[in-house]
Amino acid sequence: MRNWQMPVRAIKRVDEENRLRGVFLRVVAIFLALAVGGLFLWALGFSPVAVYASMIEGAVGTKTALRMTARLCIPLLITSLAVTLAFKMRFWNIGAEGQIGVGAIAASYVALYHSDMPRVLLLLTMAAAGFVAGGLYGAIPAYFKAKFGTNETLFTLMLNYVAFYTIQALAQGAWKDPAGMGFPKIARFASQAQLPTLLGVHIGWVVALVLVVLVHLYLRCTKQGYELTVVGENENTARYAGMNVKKILVRTMFLSAGLAGLAGMLQASGADKTLTESVANNVGFTAITVAWLAQLNPLAMVVVTVLFCILTKGSDTIQSLYNIAPAAAEVFQGIILFFVLGSEFFIRYRLRFVGFKGGKVE
Amino acid sequence: MVEHATAPAIELRGLTKSFGNVVANSEVDLTVHQGEILSLLGENGSGKTTLMNMLMGLYRPDKGEIYIHGARADIQSPHDAIALGVGMIHQHFKLVDVLTVRDNIVLGTRGGGSRKQIDAKIRELSQRFDLNIAPERKIYSLSVGEKQMVEIMKVLYRGARTLILDEPTAVLTPQEIDRLFAILRRMKKDGCAIIIITHKLNEVMEISDRVTILRKGRSMGTVVTGEIQIRDLIERMVGESIDLSIHRPEPKRGGNVLDVHRLSVLNEDKVAVLSDVSFAIARGEILGVAGVSGSGQRELCETIAGLMAPSRGAILVDGVDIAGHSARDIIKMGVHMSFIPEDRFGMGLLPSMNIVDNMLLKSYCAHKGIGLDRRPARKLAEEVVETLNVYTPGLNSPVRLLSGGNAQKVLLGREISSNPSVLITAYPVRGLDIHSSMTIYQLLNEQKEKGVAVLFIGEDLDVLLELCDRIMVLCGGRVTGIVDARDVTKEQLGLMMTGHPLEEVLGNA
Repeated sequence: MRNWQMPVRAIKRVDEENRLRGVFLRVVAIFLALAVGGLFLWALGFSPVAVYASMIEGAVGTKTALRMTARLCIPLLITSLAVTLAFKMRFWNIGAEGQIGVGAIAASYVALYHSDMPRVLLLLTMAAAGFVAGGLYGAIPAYFKAKFGTNETLFTLMLNYVAFYTIQALAQGAWKDPAGMGFPKIARFASQAQLPTLLGVHIGWVVALVLVVLVHLYLRCTKQGYELTVVGENENTARYAGMNVKKILVRTMFLSAGLAGLAGMLQASGADKTLTESVANNVGFTAITVAWLAQLNPLAMVVVTVLFCILTKGSDTIQSLYNIAPAAAEVFQGIILFFVLGSEFFIRYRLRFVGFKGGKVE
Repeated sequence: MVEHATAPAIELRGLTKSFGNVVANSEVDLTVHQGEILSLLGENGSGKTTLMNMLMGLYRPDKGEIYIHGARADIQSPHDAIALGVGMIHQHFKLVDVLTVRDNIVLGTRGGGSRKQIDAKIRELSQRFDLNIAPERKIYSLSVGEKQMVEIMKVLYRGARTLILDEPTAVLTPQEIDRLFAILRRMKKDGCAIIIITHKLNEVMEISDRVTILRKGRSMGTVVTGEIQIRDLIERMVGESIDLSIHRPEPKRGGNVLDVHRLSVLNEDKVAVLSDVSFAIARGEILGVAGVSGSGQRELCETIAGLMAPSRGAILVDGVDIAGHSARDIIKMGVHMSFIPEDRFGMGLLPSMNIVDNMLLKSYCAHKGIGLDRRPARKLAEEVVETLNVYTPGLNSPVRLLSGGNAQKVLLGREISSNPSVLITAYPVRGLDIHSSMTIYQLLNEQKEKGVAVLFIGEDLDVLLELCDRIMVLCGGRVTGIVDARDVTKEQLGLMMTGHPLEEVLGNA
């Protein structure tokens, strides 16, 4: 017999769906995260209370801060919706980063070379270009999966690099700004290719909120939404019901990646006002976390996105305010995420301490 | 009662285990002695497997004690159990297909010596218990019965003297069952203690010395097999006396509805899984299909249902050839066919979705537009729940939370709601308790009387003989015979299942 064993066992909870406990555990996780994060700050020689206060202040304390936080939310929310469509189908689209990039490239092409259109038409053309380009880019791995059974995780991930370096190549070559004094960057968009603002933030936020409702309705109340859910739930049952699984795969990925491409267009036109290689800025990956934290529920995604962006903006603020090293701020963000994501485990499992010699049997 | 000089091989006292609010076992006692075969009898869901999993260290009991040869045992894992000489043969074999028999037997053991020593030990055990084992053969080349021998050898090789067999006869032919029972009797003579988990009553009577009956997690007592009637066993097991005979209404045969002509199917690896299969089912007839599992039953169903394409042959439903068309096309061709697949949560149902969304599956695209109309599905769900007595917390709870019987009713309810002319069912009572099984047989009979042509893939030969009008036997993807269910015996079916053609079987009789 073995001499040593784990003193703790994880046991699957029977009543996983218990909502109240879910909320309770998540709140506990946030408080624990703040406590441990505070300990970390204290070890670095800062007052946790003061730092936390500045974080809140820096994220939502002033009008400017609020606007900047909102600007962070827009691409993150839309991309979370994008990956949700794919994830509902159990298609692991981790290529939103690249799809954002390609959407932004297509929109930038319109902005840079066809800016003589009327403004509304120009912006709509840019949006359509971003959506379609992103969508087609995402449809490639879906097509190959449907046709040859390729692994979508690797495929979508690799396409991220293609998109990223294409932007770099454009900035250094074909689209290099002649007025950039030799810097490898792309020219600023003409003012009519920039998104108008509403309440101080570019109108991408309105688009994002409309999309939340649309995606929610698409999943809940359309045949296509039902089909993609069935494919994700059980592909055999989908085939059994006579669904064309391949078609659904490609169609859904087109929409998913299209939304990511649209997020890229909004970011380039609304926030950056040009095309930069940091247009996606890791949003494609963060969105995966957000989508899962919101349990693929579009409405919950709004809340999660806002909290996430407060955290991001807050840690930016304390970096400059307290001269905390960027790495330390990231450690702090990591601690918070660790606890919040870790609480998911406790929602699904309960622990039982059985001691080093095994549980006592009464 | 036989007096035993030594302490029992295994004694369970007051074992209790609950999962959340569900009490799987409550205060269960059980003893088995050396040189004894004990049956553990109970319906699906009565807690037989949970009890044995506690003995094997897979679950920890909430309460109660386990004694092995009179000494208190604290079993943490199957490793501990095997060290104490207790081994389990699971219903689903846990073998590595591409490895040899020898590799599978020694897998996970330490030391063991040279290949010669291992083979010598295997040979010695084989001879002692008359197991027929060739160490060099690869697992995938073995029949189901031979695989089971390897599983038994695995636990014997590890030194087990107490064996637990979980539903060992479920996948065997009558001949293989006889052989297994002969081996078990030999082990018993050799002083092994054996627990056999089952819900087949005639097997209980045939093989065991005593029987412990479980119902809803509680022990309904232990009786000596020779001193009890089957009728009493049923009553203890189900809680009431019920008639287990299956009614077979006289078929009012019409013309053929389903006509399968020289059907051949290749699987993904281009290996023939069905060769030259021809049969027909008339209106108002149930055709049973018997065969060792993996003889092409699944492929037959899926090909007819439009999920696999045949390489050759025709499938006519009311004269329309549907061979090679997808399920959606078949519906569009105006053919009403329903299919109950063998693994309902693996195909047919959407486990995490609710009853309404499950009802939508076949009809969601019936109306035009892009929107989804849940109202007809909700109405259908209400009807099915009402008429088939589906026990559910509500229409919005996921179907995976339903018991096997209730989930099956949901599936069957949806499928027969479309008024099919052909109904294909693969193992429709697998995993169901007696009551649910009887309900399913009754529903199939109702469909038959409505004039539906029913294809029934079964595994329990007794059921096939009682329920079906004719029986087709498959072996290795070929038809070895189609017989009238009234003129054939279990043994004859068993021979045909292992490849002896009908003429030869009848010639022997």
